Amino acid sequence: MSISFDEFSAHFSNEIREKTTFRGETTFLINPLEIERVCIFLKSKLGFTYLTDICGADRFTPEDRFEVVYNLFNPESKFRLRLKVWVNEENPVVQTVTSVWQSANWYERETYDMYGVIFKGHPDLRRMYMTEDFEYFPLRKEYPLVGVAGSIPLPEIDPKANNREAAERYNRGETV
Amino acid sequence: MSLHQVSEIASGYEQLPKPRATFDNRFGERKKIYEVLEDRDTTIVLQDDPLESTMVLNMGPQHPATHGVLRVVLKLDGETVLSAVPELGYLHRAMEKLAENKTYHEFMPYTDRLDYMSPYSNNTALCLAVEKLGDIKVPPRAVYIRTIMCELARISSHLLWLGTMVMDTGAVSMFLWTFEEREHIYNMFDMLTGARFTISHCRVGGVASDFSSEMVNYMTGWLKEFKKRIPEWRMMLDRNRIFIERMEGIGVISKADALDLGLTGPNLRASGVAMDVRKDEPYLAYPELNFKVPIFENGDCYARYLVRMEEMEESVKLLEQALKKLPKGDVRTDNAKVSYPWKSEIYHSMEALIHDFMMTHEGIQMPKGEIYHAIEAPKGELGFYLQSDGSGYPWRLKIRSPSFCNLQALPHLVEGGMIADVVVSIGSLDPVMGEADK
Repeated sequence: MSISFDEFSAHFSNEIREKTTFRGETTFLINPLEIERVCIFLKSKLGFTYLTDICGADRFTPEDRFEVVYNLFNPESKFRLRLKVWVNEENPVVQTVTSVWQSANWYERETYDMYGVIFKGHPDLRRMYMTEDFEYFPLRKEYPLVGVAGSIPLPEIDPKANNREAAERYNRGETV
Repeated sequence: MSLHQVSEIASGYEQLPKPRATFDNRFGERKKIYEVLEDRDTTIVLQDDPLESTMVLNMGPQHPATHGVLRVVLKLDGETVLSAVPELGYLHRAMEKLAENKTYHEFMPYTDRLDYMSPYSNNTALCLAVEKLGDIKVPPRAVYIRTIMCELARISSHLLWLGTMVMDTGAVSMFLWTFEEREHIYNMFDMLTGARFTISHCRVGGVASDFSSEMVNYMTGWLKEFKKRIPEWRMMLDRNRIFIERMEGIGVISKADALDLGLTGPNLRASGVAMDVRKDEPYLAYPELNFKVPIFENGDCYARYLVRMEEMEESVKLLEQALKKLPKGDVRTDNAKVSYPWKSEIYHSMEALIHDFMMTHEGIQMPKGEIYHAIEAPKGELGFYLQSDGSGYPWRLKIRSPSFCNLQALPHLVEGGMIADVVVSIGSLDPVMGEADK
């Protein structure tokens, strides 16, 4: 259950910043805008046809604050590989991999929803879990656990209305 | 209430980036979004459609496991589905945010609430991930207990799926029969853990309590009866004209598409991909047990039904073997640095009391690093990605939930089909929204 990464490392010597191994799992740190090319190579040449997961993480450092983690799986040789990219807080842009694996669509949307990382070229980068007008990214470390009061406002009602039905009519834009 | 007052209420609010909309104009912005949403969902589209036959319909909750929280927006031409957009997010409970603020043990009861049809698998998945991170060894008896209970959870989950699936195609009595068997499984959970539904029985380094002879007797007795039930059900369903007409050729997905769209578990195996974490990366006692992984090629709803039926049969075999091989010994690691001491020990030993207190208060101290560990839950590959900064709390805990991955393939299954088959297709994917929404 092991794959030689010599060819891969030689081919992408400029793109790979770091290689780490922990508990038998290999992790490559890649440049954020080259990730699509690396993934195409991994899928076509090394057989990583199954994308297990994409998730974000907050490193809480002044530089390269967010990281996006790609867990890949090779169904033939049963080998797992992890890729990582680091992005800045001011300009968190990563190249999308939806063209490589279709399943990346929802995983990237989830990462955007939770950390605000923008995936360049994503076909439908909307919020996954939070409402469309929610302006914060809840998994960032500085977001308080109890939430921000008033971040999701309740529907407004007409203060002059004397019953519930009339108050809700105001909410639909009708006058009482 | 002004923005100023809000910032006084929530501590930590000042550090957040300033929102684009002010408090006063946010209601206006929100109304605009609602108008767009309502427009998208209810307006009849007239483009290239002189007969006005295209309509947009909100498909409501129909499957008992998606109660109220899965919304599928369908665009219809007559009864044909042109496009489908699943919307999640109604149940979002911020599981991963909570995990960052809890110790590894404290988070365990939360995993019960992920896939609440098989809580034991989720407990095991988290514990195995933490044990991999900390390189903790578990006694063999605990490994077998986990294996047996995971397989019971798989049967229980598939039983619920079977009952509701047959109900989706129009028959109700099956639902009652499968629930009768589930009742027996819950009795067993009750005997082992003291709880029927959300059990939280796994501990890092082992399990909370050992099997009683009463429970093992109950299980062997039940297995004998249950083995007869499966062929009875298959006799009724396998060649049932109505059932096959509703299932065969519905929601077809090819092998390549299934891999590409990230299907997992029985849904992936019904499309002919031989992927099962139990065989690929053996964990627990699976390498010592003899079982086969059912694979079907058709990739339609009927194939997904057959896969799950055969998986239940395999689970019965696994249970019988595991009960026979069940080793004697301890059920938890005897190392107070990584595992809770026994309750009886705490009452007379000061050391044990200190360890118990420290473990509850500080959590287990894990080495710095990151790992991913997956198990084969009833719905598919359930993985935990852990980042540890060396403290008792996970720095980042990502749940790779199978229901989330399966639901992404829903548009592919229903587009081009009939509206009546949408119900069957959702049912055949077996989604649990507690897991998809997290």
